[in-house]
Amino acid sequence: MNSEAGDQHIIPAPDKVLDCSGLLGPLPVIETSKAIKQVEIGQVLQLITTDPGSPLDMVAWSQLTGNDLLDSRQEAGKFIFYFQRMG
Amino acid sequence: MSKSDPDAPKRLALIASKGTLDFAYPPFILATAAAAMGWEVAIFFTFYGLPLLQHDLTATVTPMGNPAMPMKMPFGPESFQNFSWPIPTAVMSMPGFNSVATGLMKKTFKNKGVATIEELRDMCIDLDVELIGCQMTMDVFGFKKEDFIESANIGGAATFLAYAADADVSLFV
Repeated sequence: MNSEAGDQHIIPAPDKVLDCSGLLGPLPVIETSKAIKQVEIGQVLQLITTDPGSPLDMVAWSQLTGNDLLDSRQEAGKFIFYFQRMG
Repeated sequence: MSKSDPDAPKRLALIASKGTLDFAYPPFILATAAAAMGWEVAIFFTFYGLPLLQHDLTATVTPMGNPAMPMKMPFGPESFQNFSWPIPTAVMSMPGFNSVATGLMKKTFKNKGVATIEELRDMCIDLDVELIGCQMTMDVFGFKKEDFIESANIGGAATFLAYAADADVSLFV
């Protein structure tokens, strides 16, 4: 969870934003799987969720699908993730 | 043959043996999550799970004989919603109680943002999850192929085992 200003690594601006606020699993996983196919390889998808299960779920999703989790943070009751499409 | 080819997608083999609203969820949730991630998935519907392939889903739920099921109200303040009502067994056996309990669970799931069984099943179809109805159960309980959605295939234990032999994850629900 890195969000401090002046942080070493810079998150590229997302090429697509997916808001799954209010959805419980497996819906964020399913919607993220669909949305990642709508960006080009190397591009970045930003995901917003409110499901308290998603911090663990989306790390697992990243491991299972091979798409990099560049960064994640918690902000005002929401979880925000940045994924880079790898393949 | 997922085991012989390291680049082959992972494979999930599920058995859905229960057709109540509560136990209809786990196989459909796992199937949609896995298929969305590119896994090959098959669900084998057997015994009381078989009606989940019918055109109209009529799955119900009751706390009767199901003592771990919380009875909660889908409305009112949070403290009220979180209270689990102790329901006497005599009340559970009253006519209409099943539909009340089923309606409350459906409403709670909807309020929380959980997909319905119909939505999850449609997603399975969109994601090419293989839905296999058990031939023996059909014979025993008198179901016909026309009773089921078009996407359903019919098979027996050998069909499931052939699929599961190369599965990375196999679960019985």
